[in-house]
Amino acid sequence: MTAPEHREHAEQRVPPGRILRYSFRERVTHWLAGLSYVYLLLTGLAFWSPWLFWLAILLGGGQISRMLHPWIGLLFFLAVLLMYALWASQMGFTDVDRAWFRSMRHYIRNEDEEMPPAGRYNAGQKLLFWGFFLCGILLFLSGFVLWLPEYIPWSLRWLRYIAVVVHASSALLTIGLFMIHVYMGVFAERGAIDSVIYGDVTEDFAKRFHPGWYKEMFGSAVRRK
Amino acid sequence: MSQETLRIQKISGHAGSVPGDDMQREYTVCKLIDTTTCIGCKACEVACMEWNDLPFGETVFDNTYQTMPETRWNYWNLILFNEHEREDGTLMWLMRKNQCMHCADPGCLAACPADGAIVQYTNGIVDFQQANCIGCGYCITGCPFNIPKFNPLTKRVYKCTLCADRVGEGLEPACIKSCPTGCLHFGSKDDMKYLAEARAKQLRDHSNFPKAGVYDPPGVGGTGVIYVLHDATQPELYGGLPSDPHVPWSVKLWKGPLKWLGNVAMVGGLIGLFVHYLRFGPKSREEEFEKKHEGEQP
Repeated sequence: MTAPEHREHAEQRVPPGRILRYSFRERVTHWLAGLSYVYLLLTGLAFWSPWLFWLAILLGGGQISRMLHPWIGLLFFLAVLLMYALWASQMGFTDVDRAWFRSMRHYIRNEDEEMPPAGRYNAGQKLLFWGFFLCGILLFLSGFVLWLPEYIPWSLRWLRYIAVVVHASSALLTIGLFMIHVYMGVFAERGAIDSVIYGDVTEDFAKRFHPGWYKEMFGSAVRRK
Repeated sequence: MSQETLRIQKISGHAGSVPGDDMQREYTVCKLIDTTTCIGCKACEVACMEWNDLPFGETVFDNTYQTMPETRWNYWNLILFNEHEREDGTLMWLMRKNQCMHCADPGCLAACPADGAIVQYTNGIVDFQQANCIGCGYCITGCPFNIPKFNPLTKRVYKCTLCADRVGEGLEPACIKSCPTGCLHFGSKDDMKYLAEARAKQLRDHSNFPKAGVYDPPGVGGTGVIYVLHDATQPELYGGLPSDPHVPWSVKLWKGPLKWLGNVAMVGGLIGLFVHYLRFGPKSREEEFEKKHEGEQP
């Protein structure tokens, strides 16, 4: 919850009336996670259902997809760890977040003025973060077993049995989170996708969706010129 | 296949029934292994390598007559040895020829995600098509008998084919041809089942093996390889033959309910989000927001 975070990256020139929301490091980390996740999603869905196996063909064939999926998975897991280092301290749930969850129906109906004042991240974003973090760890552990099944001795075959179910279940959970995340970022919240590409948002965006964060940075009554 | 489809089923202006009708049976093929007459000579191991052109690898000596601990990607047929002490203190030397069991309900096939990498022919043989294999190893997880083996060089999985190439030409598998004691038999499942039961009865009635029986596990729908065992109540004694093999429950869960649940959730989620966009649209545009908060200072 730090204003210094903002100052640290104050070198980035932001157009008038806009605020830096995501530092360069945050944006790079986000897209490392995002792009690797999309590759994992497409190849993973190919292995998930015969009806989607054409995705693997499209991405260079089943063999290449099977070979690259674990390596890109490592990249994704690295991104998950970097995101943890960047954001975990800002992702603790507060009383405001609990109130936010209780008012979720207003959020769904776009009645944002009814919502408790979210900080830099609202409760939904925090849920997304922890969801991806936990599923990321489960996917990494189970994925490791699935990567090299021939090295799992017969006496430890239960590891493989657990891994296939854990990998598929946690992947499905992330798909749910991912769909909502992309929907919110690209379609529902105008300006969100730009913020994670260029780094800045309008002051209105900050005031509307993250009033707590806006207050932290500029104080309650001070308006930045 | 083509000959089969051109067999006459109905015929015009013919006195009597269709000529040749009922002369050919639809075979589910089966290999019968009588462990009570196996002498452990390993001729079947050699014949398997010969016919399938498999290079010989290093053997592993473990104080028994066993060639190596388990089958390999290039060693599909392995006799497992076990020195078993009976309750009366006498020794039994149990030998079991281990290979793919060609399950009627194959776990490898259920787990495989690659189009056409594993097939089951109408004669019951379960065969891997390495050209389509992507090397994911899910078949290794699906198999209850520890049979499919991964080749790290080609990154494909291999196993016994029941000599599908020979069987397709009307020949018996190479291992059967090589067996000197006649403990290996090959034919239709019905015939092998009959032969096996007859042999088990003989063992029970005349050879003092009251627990002798046939191993054809129903958990995988029966197998294309069946055993006669001196003691059918303890198949584990024969190199860890599972007493009640079945496709692992987690593989069934994963390929069954979880798959349906996941698909419904994913499609439902996409539809839900689309409908939400049509109903509520994006969050209020900036002008509207400004209007609502006109004059306010945050």
